[in-house]
Amino acid sequence: MKRIAVISGKGGTGKTMVCAALAAIFPPDLVLGDCDVDASNLGLIFQPEIISRSPYYGLKVAEIDQDTCTRCGSCEEHCRFGAIRSQEGEFLVDSIRCEGCSVCTLVCPKEAVSMVQKVNGELYYSNTRIAPLSHARLEPGSGTSGLLVREVRKQADERDGDRAFFLSDGPPGIGCPLIATVTGMDAVLIVTEPSLSGLHDLKRVVTVAEGFGVTIFVAINKYTLEEEIATRIEDYCVERGLHVVGKIPFDPTVIESIRNGRPVTDYDSPAADAIRRMWEEIAEIWVNT
Amino acid sequence: MKIAVASGKGGTGKSTFAANLALSLSKSNDVVLVDCDVEEPNLHLFFDAEHEESEVTVPVPVVDPGKCTFCGKCGDFCQYGAITVLKDDILILMDLCHSCGGCRIVCPYDAITEVPRVIGKVRDSQPDEHLRLVTGVLNEGETHAPVVIQMAKALAGSTPTPAGAVFEHQFRELVCSMADVTIYDSSPGIACPVIETVEGADYVVLVTESTPFGIHDLELAIGVVEKLGIPAGVVINRSDGLDEMTEELCRRHSLEIIMRIPFDRRIAGVQNRGGLFSQDMPEWQGRFTDLYHHIRETGGGGA
Amino acid sequence: MKICVTAKGDSLDSQAEMRFGRSPFFIVIDEESGASSAIKNEYADAAGGVGPRSAQVLISNGVQVLITGQLGGNAQRAIEAAGIEVYQYRSDGTVNDALKQYRDGSLTRIL
Repeated sequence: MKRIAVISGKGGTGKTMVCAALAAIFPPDLVLGDCDVDASNLGLIFQPEIISRSPYYGLKVAEIDQDTCTRCGSCEEHCRFGAIRSQEGEFLVDSIRCEGCSVCTLVCPKEAVSMVQKVNGELYYSNTRIAPLSHARLEPGSGTSGLLVREVRKQADERDGDRAFFLSDGPPGIGCPLIATVTGMDAVLIVTEPSLSGLHDLKRVVTVAEGFGVTIFVAINKYTLEEEIATRIEDYCVERGLHVVGKIPFDPTVIESIRNGRPVTDYDSPAADAIRRMWEEIAEIWVNT
Repeated sequence: MKIAVASGKGGTGKSTFAANLALSLSKSNDVVLVDCDVEEPNLHLFFDAEHEESEVTVPVPVVDPGKCTFCGKCGDFCQYGAITVLKDDILILMDLCHSCGGCRIVCPYDAITEVPRVIGKVRDSQPDEHLRLVTGVLNEGETHAPVVIQMAKALAGSTPTPAGAVFEHQFRELVCSMADVTIYDSSPGIACPVIETVEGADYVVLVTESTPFGIHDLELAIGVVEKLGIPAGVVINRSDGLDEMTEELCRRHSLEIIMRIPFDRRIAGVQNRGGLFSQDMPEWQGRFTDLYHHIRETGGGGA
Repeated sequence: MKICVTAKGDSLDSQAEMRFGRSPFFIVIDEESGASSAIKNEYADAAGGVGPRSAQVLISNGVQVLITGQLGGNAQRAIEAAGIEVYQYRSDGTVNDALKQYRDGSLTRIL
């Protein structure tokens, strides 16, 4: 199975739009993923029909039995995540801050602390008109989004590991969900935009991706909005030895397509043409080798 | 007063809003702007100034091979699978370690000590007499963004430093006992970095755009502020007038739309080139100042 | 030599399991004595660190060869450090079937 993720560094550069458009023109024998579990949007384009759902348990969180607790404060003292707070004489666990390390169970002299399971989201496997989709919803405010990304990846592997391609939308940023997304991919497509922030963030995400030894493709979205900066981005990519596979013009059809819940490649438009050409470039380098 | 700027979806204009708000308010207040989007910090691109810097470290375990008996208690305890005990060696997967310190406590032979590992940095600069910028930067390849956010907020003087953490660099003065307004710019999403940023704020500004993605993710972000119980208001950025669905969502959650920034290629252009539109279009400075007073009167509460 | 096969159930006739860290059981076969035993994997439903923690179970039980479908990156690092050989079995057969194929030399070594 060949695996590619669409990522961006900076948020809002058009990752999901590009990912959906690519999915619509990808060769068959594909499974889709949405590793942006914080704000999963690929489904808004493909109206998935959910065929299985399972609860996602994050790490267990601590719970203090107030009847056993002697208020010694040892748990609060040893907790490095600020998850235990004293309030009106009682020690309480802030389950949002708790990282499930269990140190409090270790230091409690009365065994008043136990670790309990908590639902932190939901994992879905769905049918779409393009391909099956592995996706998830994270409970707002939960930690462990990286773990949920791994569940999304695993589900795709387990159910559709014999398919030829895995194409996944990815999260913004360079932290834990991004790293969980890029691990084990063969290639990433970084969608950037012609702004100083876009270029700055591109450099950081490239550094991370290079650490994973994946093939790196770059697409400059809305390049016509700021052609001078787009050129600077291209220069940077050339210097760094990265493939700029596509330059997508600013195109009002993009917003229209998203508002209609369709991939932009369903329309005859400049952005759609650019994405089709981009796929040929990617296929040339990635699929046919 | 502490205002956090957040959004579920990325790229809706959080940093644009935060930077322009900070610039406008700094005309008549002492403002500290804190870049808590430590994975992709951008605010320094708008405020060019020299900075001082301090590394952010987390404690990680090292094993003294002379004392270790390979009893396996540390590996057994670690909830993250960061420690594997081999026949005659200990394998520590640093990227899985959460720095909880449990392995050190559980070791019966005192064979484990902790050493600092650098995961990022915090920077302090003063682009203007009444404006300080504090930036948290997570190093590439690292995952523990919340620790860097905590340190950035601590440097801004608004929260205590996390347990065991110290600034190895002596900053001019802990930034901001003097601040009238502290503004936190968050990363996108709804997970732990966002919570870390928003917690402790008096008010949250949710920046969105009127697309299905923007609306979907705004609803998630509303879930976060409701869970934390912090008053909030919504800014619609790049508004093209088709805002009915966003308005409807805000009505359902009794949230006020506190500002609309129109879609305007002039604004986008200024922004893309690292400028601030409220500087080029000074009428916006008055709007941002009025907005701040409105927030104070209606929801902000804290001084 | 001890061989471990990941399995959905607790016997040699149980279906082999593709996943490593989340395998419900580890069936350990001692090639010298012919004895086999089933270890219930208490990390099968855990949230984090499943791969290396499961690897620890094998290491602590003196396993030298692992037969499974796929291995995550973190599990791989731990298994590799322990010097355990890994062979891939991706069919729907039983533990016995996997063992037979291993002895016939028809499984691919992946680590």
